[in-house]
Amino acid sequence: MKIAISATGKNNSSLIDMRFGRCEYFQIHDVESGEIKIIKNEGQMASGGAGIAAAQQVIDAGADVVITGNLGPNAYRVLKSAEIKAFKVTNIPVEAGIRAYKECQLTEISTPGKAHQGML
Amino acid sequence: MNIGILSGKGGTGKTFLSTNLAHILGANYVDCDVEEPNGFIFLNPTGIKTFEVKVDYPVIDKSKCTMCGECVKVCQFNALAKVKNNILLFEKLCHACGACEVICKFNALSYKKRTMGVIEEGKHNNAICKRGVLNIGEPMAVSVIDQLLENLNDGVNIIDCAPGTSRNVVNSLDYVDAAILVTEPTEFGFHDLKLAAKLIRTFNKPLAVVINKYVEGEEKIHQYCTDENIPILGVIPYKREVAKIYSKGEMISDIDEYRDIFMNIANEVKAVFVWS
Repeated sequence: MKIAISATGKNNSSLIDMRFGRCEYFQIHDVESGEIKIIKNEGQMASGGAGIAAAQQVIDAGADVVITGNLGPNAYRVLKSAEIKAFKVTNIPVEAGIRAYKECQLTEISTPGKAHQGML
Repeated sequence: MNIGILSGKGGTGKTFLSTNLAHILGANYVDCDVEEPNGFIFLNPTGIKTFEVKVDYPVIDKSKCTMCGECVKVCQFNALAKVKNNILLFEKLCHACGACEVICKFNALSYKKRTMGVIEEGKHNNAICKRGVLNIGEPMAVSVIDQLLENLNDGVNIIDCAPGTSRNVVNSLDYVDAAILVTEPTEFGFHDLKLAAKLIRTFNKPLAVVINKYVEGEEKIHQYCTDENIPILGVIPYKREVAKIYSKGEMISDIDEYRDIFMNIANEVKAVFVWS
């Protein structure tokens, strides 16, 4: 299983980015193999549709689960259609987020947040 | 003669000047601030006719689509996404560029039309008043602005533009022969005046300035205009009474005390932009 995490940096101690569409990186953690892949979020610099572009990258990376702060309406629709579950965290380090997910302490994002929140 | 009224900063008095100038000159009025057009509140045009503004959006024929995802890759506006066995469309993000239709090898894409706003047209005295109204939630105003400005009437048109120096404003400038910048003696007003002046200069169009909410002793804008060789068409004093009348939706130029200010500005407009 692969977990995609919106992150401010490239390693385990980097903080999780509260923004999904406008986050700096996606860290794709393969739970079984322990392999970590870093993707630069192309949505970050998009003039519009950042959440859609970001969600597409996460899908293309083969993620099964997303851990992030907030999901806008468009990103929410894309991930839901792709049957990828998203879980909400506060801004904690990536490794703490993954641990919390494994211990089933995270709540699933079941409604989209506000649009353009990551631009504030 | 199409005169654009711009400001840079919002709330400096574009609609205030536009409606009063159109009123005094007997000119046509075009409200291009389609995200919140409010010039009609003051000009009160009658006999309003409404025209729909339509834009293209792609439709995918699922019987032909092979889910190759080329349309998603080619879209520069992130209006398409590929998930499972479906292509998702975010129609409001579509610029109708046609790239997805061209790239599709299976002819699965075609374009349909949808309504994203309206144009309203009426009359104030003998002048034509038009405005674009973008539907709520629509992120792109350009199609409404284009349709509004593509069919300008003969004579003098006062074009009330959107604030800022965004694409909406740039788009309006394509149709403008000359521009008036309305500003106010505040730091923000002055800062954005310079941005707007720079924008108009890149279009090589004649420009002039009107200072609204003018307070004596605040001469920074005068100095800037002298240095930059930009004519000042007039100043409108900063007065509580002016704001009060405006807040009631009344025409300030109908009031004796203020009529001359706008008459003088109107005469200066004719002198500076040279038309009879």
